[in-house]
Amino acid sequence: MRKEDRITMAHGTGGRMTQRLIEEVFGKKFSNPILDRMNDAALLPTGGGRLAFSIDGHVVSPLFFPGGDIGKIAVFGTVNDLAMMGARPMWIVASFIIEEGLPMETLRRIADSMSEAAARAGVQLVGGDTKVVEKGKGDGVYISVAGVGVVPQGRDIDAGNARPGDVVLLSGPIGNHGITIMTLREGLEFDAEVTSDTAPLNGIVEEILKAAPHVHVMRDATRGGLATVLNEIASASGVGIEMDEDAIPVEEPVERACALLGLDPLYVANEGRFAAIVPPEEADAALAAMRSHPLGEKAAVIGEVVESHPGRVVLRTSLGAKRIVGPLTGDLLPRIC
Amino acid sequence: MKFVDEFKDPGLARKILKRIQQLADRPMAFMEFCGGHTHAIMQHGIRQLLPENVRLLSGPGCPVCVTSQKDIDRAIALSKFPDVIITTFGDMVRVPGTTYTLQEASASGSDVRIVYSPMDAVKLAQEHPGREVIFLGVGFETTAPGIAASILQAERLGLRNYSVFSMHKYTPPAMRGILDGGEVHLDGVIGPGHVTTVTGSKAWEFLPKEYRMPVVVSGFEPLDILLTVEMLVEQVVKGEARVENAYGRSVLPEGNVVAQQIMDRVFQPADADWRGLGIMPLSGMAIRPEYSAFDAETKFDIPDVPSREPPGCRCGEVLRGVIEPPECPLFGKVCTPDTPRGPCMVSDEGACSAYYLYQMDDI
Repeated sequence: MRKEDRITMAHGTGGRMTQRLIEEVFGKKFSNPILDRMNDAALLPTGGGRLAFSIDGHVVSPLFFPGGDIGKIAVFGTVNDLAMMGARPMWIVASFIIEEGLPMETLRRIADSMSEAAARAGVQLVGGDTKVVEKGKGDGVYISVAGVGVVPQGRDIDAGNARPGDVVLLSGPIGNHGITIMTLREGLEFDAEVTSDTAPLNGIVEEILKAAPHVHVMRDATRGGLATVLNEIASASGVGIEMDEDAIPVEEPVERACALLGLDPLYVANEGRFAAIVPPEEADAALAAMRSHPLGEKAAVIGEVVESHPGRVVLRTSLGAKRIVGPLTGDLLPRIC
Repeated sequence: MKFVDEFKDPGLARKILKRIQQLADRPMAFMEFCGGHTHAIMQHGIRQLLPENVRLLSGPGCPVCVTSQKDIDRAIALSKFPDVIITTFGDMVRVPGTTYTLQEASASGSDVRIVYSPMDAVKLAQEHPGREVIFLGVGFETTAPGIAASILQAERLGLRNYSVFSMHKYTPPAMRGILDGGEVHLDGVIGPGHVTTVTGSKAWEFLPKEYRMPVVVSGFEPLDILLTVEMLVEQVVKGEARVENAYGRSVLPEGNVVAQQIMDRVFQPADADWRGLGIMPLSGMAIRPEYSAFDAETKFDIPDVPSREPPGCRCGEVLRGVIEPPECPLFGKVCTPDTPRGPCMVSDEGACSAYYLYQMDDI
């Protein structure tokens, strides 16, 4: 096949060119017995337990950024949603909405990246779809990834499970992904090297669950940041959460970028960090397990679950005062004055 | 120097708080003029840390908040002219006009774009020669020089499709307005750090001279604010009234002279209508006649829109320090950051949004 260098509308018709696009760009990268059958739906063997099923859409711009790209976060995003439920992510499918004119080379780079990411996360891509839209009707490419995982018997991890007395753990420093994107997109330049923290969390989750099988809740702090996910958990469980400002790890370049832009790191998106809410008797073991994994080296205890102020999250500031940390409202906008 | 950490040092903070406790021998009230200070104070829980007899009141230092309803409506009206691109800082888009917000106008066909710098707006004008790019100029002396510079830049580039709708205002008249109003008893003023970086601390000399009012210009880190309060308490206790600069790393007595010159070259004082304070003589910045080619008010015949303040909204009283946001009956119930009734709840510098986001009212 002649190597065309740009996606055209013809690639989106569903005919031979679509077929060849799928075979050449995706089929070769993700080959496995299930995918190679090229059925309409993938038939998946399970070994008992419950299935976890999730979907995420990705529209990040720019497509490539320090630490990752849209393909990588598309794969890890879904893997992580499954892992947060205590599921072992197994299979993903991906939908690509491609804008006419996108260089083929870009699509290949993304497919490469997704293939690597899938291998790293230990998941198989077993299906997919491509569509092409006219120039101007897309933003390069949009990727949606749905994923299935298996939750072994006996695991019960749910947003509503937090109980007063539980310990709140955070897997590492926050704010890296959001700051990376924001500085790139706005053309802001900082001396500091900030890269996205995008990573697959299923590995570290398995380590934690081996050491602390009764983890109550886990949630990764994506859009809306740590503050938002903790509020969601506090609401769902009908409990309060209190945390220590000084205990929350934030890397210095991220802190400085936030201070300059008037942003609060608590609300900045992450792609590879999560909070775990653990019964007190298993907290030490959970923390040790986190810290023993490369993605959790800087893991820390940041707070606790309390009975008072149910549904609300409270921060004990460095100076010893207390303030509410609400969920993100509106857009994250830098200050004007 | 690990800049951000050192200005939050809890050990130093405790020392300063102890001194404040020891010095403050009577009830005293200080107004933080600047909305950015209100937010910093709320974010770090400073009100909680100070002794009971030292009260902090928030003032009118929120440029979006003090923009009159009429000006908001006129800005929205501008967005409806054909082939116009409205450019603005983020806060403005969600402020409720009499009928709707700029954001809603955008959803129904107006072209409204958020920019982080007026230079982005000038660039847009270059890229869209067939359209008029209007920048909504909201801000005090901190932002006005930047907007003035954008007009000079547009002139240099020979652009005919860039203009500014100036709602800019000077800060000293607002301080006078509050003190002349006599509604609140103040013992001192926490001077706005960023405004004063431009104007220079000399701009506040009128406060001790004409009102016997102590002023300490403050930075925005927690230790800056605590130190400022300590210095104010000390002045009060000693019966002194003078301008002190506690933000020496940014503020000079003469300020940023270049910025002042650029600002004065493009803008001149004119009467302006402030939400909460009414019409104050020579308090607004109007674009000088020689730059009328860049003045949206000259270029466009903005229709007279019947304006009405949001019913029940007590933003005005909050801006004058007469009430604290929770005393407004709409606060937290019908008026929240997601469903704001007035600009004080929308703006990042607004007292109502600061109280809503950080206040520990029932905890």
